[in-house]
Amino acid sequence: MLVELGHFALILAFVVSLFQMTVPLIGAERGWQDWMRAAQPAALVQFALVGISFAILTQAFIASDFSVKLVADHSHSAKPLLYRITGVWGNHEGSLLLWVLILVLFGAMVAAFGRRLPLPLKSRALAVQAMIGTAFMAFTLFTSNPFVRLDPVPADGGDLNPLLQDPGLAFHPPFLYIGYVGLSMAFSFAVAALIEGRVDAAWARWVRPWTLAAWVALTLGITLGSYWAYYELGWGGWWFWDPVENASFMPWLVAAALLHSAVVVEKRASLKVWTILLAILAFSLSLVGTFIVRSGVITSVHAFATDPTRGVFILGILAIAVLGSLALFAWRAPSMRSEGVFQPVSREGALVYNNVVLAASAGMVFVGTLAPLFREYIDGTKISVGAPFFDLVFTPFMVILFLALPLGALMSWKRADFGKVVSRLWWAGAAALAIGGIVWGLQTGTALLAPVGLALAAWMVLGVVVELGERAGLPKADPLTALRRLARLPRAEWGKWLAHAGLAVTTAGIAAITAWEQERIVLAEPGEIIEVGSYGLRFDGVDEIPLGAPFLVAGCEVGQDAWLKGDEGRNFSTAMGRFTLLSDGEPVSTLCAEKRFYPVARTPTTEAAIDSNLWRDVYVVLGDKQVEGTAWTVRAYEKPLAIWIWWGAVIMSIGGLVSLTDGRYRVGAISKRRQAAPAGATAA
Amino acid sequence: MTRPGLKRLVHGVLAFGLVVTLSAVLSVAPKPALAVQPDEILQDSALEARARKISEDIRCLVCRNESIDASHADLARDLRLLVRERLVAGDSDSEVKDYLVERYGEYVLLTPRFTAANAFIWASGPALLLMGGLIGWLWLRRQGGQDRDARSVDAPLNPEEKEALDRMTHYRR
Repeated sequence: MLVELGHFALILAFVVSLFQMTVPLIGAERGWQDWMRAAQPAALVQFALVGISFAILTQAFIASDFSVKLVADHSHSAKPLLYRITGVWGNHEGSLLLWVLILVLFGAMVAAFGRRLPLPLKSRALAVQAMIGTAFMAFTLFTSNPFVRLDPVPADGGDLNPLLQDPGLAFHPPFLYIGYVGLSMAFSFAVAALIEGRVDAAWARWVRPWTLAAWVALTLGITLGSYWAYYELGWGGWWFWDPVENASFMPWLVAAALLHSAVVVEKRASLKVWTILLAILAFSLSLVGTFIVRSGVITSVHAFATDPTRGVFILGILAIAVLGSLALFAWRAPSMRSEGVFQPVSREGALVYNNVVLAASAGMVFVGTLAPLFREYIDGTKISVGAPFFDLVFTPFMVILFLALPLGALMSWKRADFGKVVSRLWWAGAAALAIGGIVWGLQTGTALLAPVGLALAAWMVLGVVVELGERAGLPKADPLTALRRLARLPRAEWGKWLAHAGLAVTTAGIAAITAWEQERIVLAEPGEIIEVGSYGLRFDGVDEIPLGAPFLVAGCEVGQDAWLKGDEGRNFSTAMGRFTLLSDGEPVSTLCAEKRFYPVARTPTTEAAIDSNLWRDVYVVLGDKQVEGTAWTVRAYEKPLAIWIWWGAVIMSIGGLVSLTDGRYRVGAISKRRQAAPAGATAA
Repeated sequence: MTRPGLKRLVHGVLAFGLVVTLSAVLSVAPKPALAVQPDEILQDSALEARARKISEDIRCLVCRNESIDASHADLARDLRLLVRERLVAGDSDSEVKDYLVERYGEYVLLTPRFTAANAFIWASGPALLLMGGLIGWLWLRRQGGQDRDARSVDAPLNPEEKEALDRMTHYRR
C-alpha cells in the first residue's frame, strides 16, 4: 500500500510539474502577477511530493520489501543497512528518481530563497526547470517505474553489484547528480534570460553560485569515482577516459569555463551572449552524459541500463532541450548588447583565452567519445578511441592553459600591460624552470613528463604566491599588517587562489605518478621479500576467512569498510594477504590486501592494500594462488605523489566552497541593507 | 587581416604544433602495468617494455574499454602472449599491431589510426582550438578597436562607473 502511495505521489508531482511549466510562463508573458506567483508554491509542493516518493522507495529498500521488483532485483536481506540505502540509487530506476529529487530540490531552493529575484525572471526560470522535471518524471513513470510490484514475491533479492558496495561508489552518484542538476539551474536561468532578452550583472550574480555549487559537486563526484577506481579496481589506475567518465568530465570542463565567463558578465557586463551559450552547453553535455550512461549506447563499465526504448526517450529529451534552447539562442542572442569594452591584453582577454581552451578541450573529448558511433554510422567500421589517444591529445590543451594561468590571473581589467605582468612574475617563472631542470637532472632517463608537469605545477602555485604577496603589500608591509590585509580580502579571491593551487597540486600528482611509478609483478612464497621502488615488502602469508566467520586476523585492520559493516553484516568471504612494508630492513607498517567473493552476486572483488603518505603510496594487490604449491601472484607498486591527485581536487572544491560563502553570492543575502534596491536594479 | 596580425597567427599555429610535439614526447614516458601475470613476463627486459607499451594500445575485445594490459580476461592473456610471441619472432612494433588489426580489425587499436576516415578525430582538437582562437581573437580586436581611446586603469572613474561601483560595494555586507 505504501509503495502505491509513493507511485501516486510521483504521478501527482508530474501533474504539478505540468502546471509549473505553463502557468508561470504565461503569467510572465502577460504580466499577470498572480500567475507568476504560482511558480513558488508549485515548486515547493513538487519537492514535497517527490520527497515522499523517494522516502517510500528508500523505506522499501531498508525493509527489504521484495514484493517491489526493483528491491528484489537489486537488494538482499543480508546486505548491511548502509548499502541497502545506497542501493536505492545503485540501479537505473532509483538513480533516475534521485536525479528528479535533486532537480526539484534545487527548484524549491530557488522558490524559497530567491525572494529578491525579479518576479518575471524567477517564474520563467522555475517554469524552465519544471520542463526539465516534467521530461524526467515522464521518463521515470513511463519507461523506468521504480514502484512496479512483483508476484509471486521472491524469498530473497538478487543483491547489489558488489563493486557498488563501497562507500566511495555509494556517494559518487549523488555528487555527480547534484553537479548535473546544478547546471540545469544555470540552464534554466539562461533560457529565462533569453526569453526576457536581458542579461545583466544581477543575472550573473544569480547564476554564478549555482554554477559554482554544481562545479564543486562535480569535482567531488569525479574525485570520489577516481579514487574508488584507484583502490577498488585493483590495478591502481585512476582515470581511464571511459565514455562514462568523459560524460562527467565534459560538463566539468564547460562548467569551469562558465564560472570564469560569468565573472566577466558580472564585473564588466561583457561576454553575455557567450556565457548564455556556455550555460546551455554545460547542461546539454550533462544530458548527453545521462544519455550515454542510461542508454548504454557506448558500452562501458558503468552502463547498467541497456534498453533501446529508454535510449530513444532520453534522446528525445536531449533533442528537444538542446535544439530548442539553441534555436531560442539563435533567435534572441543577437539582440543582446555587451557594454564593457576591453583591450585584448586584459583580464577579460585572459578569461576569453581560458574559455576558448576549456571549451575546445571539452569539444575534443566530445568528438573522441562519440567518434566510434560516427565512424560506425558512416562506413560501418568499428573503431576504438581509448586512453592512449586522449592522453596524447588532451595534454597539450592543459599545457597551454596552465602556462597562461598565472599571467592572466595577474592582469588588470579592461587593459593590462603585458610587460609589467611578466616583470611581476619573472622570479616565479625562473623558479619553476629551475624546479623543472632539477627534476630533469635527478631522474633517470630523458622523459619530459615529470619535469614539465612539475614545473607547470610550481609555476601555478608561485603565481598564486606572487598575487598573495602583492595583495598583502609585501615585502614593504610588516608581517602583521600583511596578515591583516590578507584576512580582509574578499572570500571570492581566496576561493580563486585555493582553486588554482589545488589544480597545481593535482597536476604535480598526475605528472609524478605517471612518470615515476615502480611496478613488480611476482609469484611470491610466504616469507619472501619483494623489492618495490625503495622499499622491501615481506609477504607474510594468506588467511582464508569463510562467510560468517569472525573477521579477525592478527595485525590486520578489518578491511577498509569495517566501520561501516561491523562483524555481523559481512556478506562476503575473503582471502586476506598480509604484508609487512620494510624500509632499510626495518618494518614500517602492515598491509592487508584482500581477494573477496560475494556469494549472492557470485562476483569476486579485489581490495588493494595501500600505505599512503604525502610522498608516495605503496600499493599491493593479492592475485591468484598457484594451482600447485603455496605461491601467490602479488602486484606491488610504489606510486610517487599519488594522493596529490585527489587532495588537489579536494583543495579545488574547498576553493569553490570558500568562494560560495562570499557575501555577495549568498543566496537571498543580496542587499539586505538596501531593501530599496532589489537585485534586479543592479544592472538597470 | 593586417600583416602583423597574420604573422602573429602563424606564430600561434607554430607554438601549438610545438606543444603537440612536446606532448607526444611526454606520452612516450613509461606507464603503469596491470594485469600481466608473472609467467608472461619476458626475460629480455627491453622486449618486455615494448610488449607492455604495445599492450596498452590493444583493446581487450571482450571487455568494456580496457586494454589487454589492464584486463584480467582470458582473451586478454592470449593476446598478451601473442604480442610477446610476435616480438620474440622479431616483429617490429608496427608489424605486431598490423598483424592484430588484420586478425581483429581496427577495433582492436585504442588509438585510432591516422587515416583519412579518422581525420575528424585527430583534427578535432587543434581545429576547435584554432577556430575558437580565431573567433575570439577577431572579436577581441573589434572590441579593442571600439576602445582605442580606452583610458588607462589609473584614470579617474566617470560618473556612471562611480555609481556602478557604489552599488557593488553596497552589496558587499
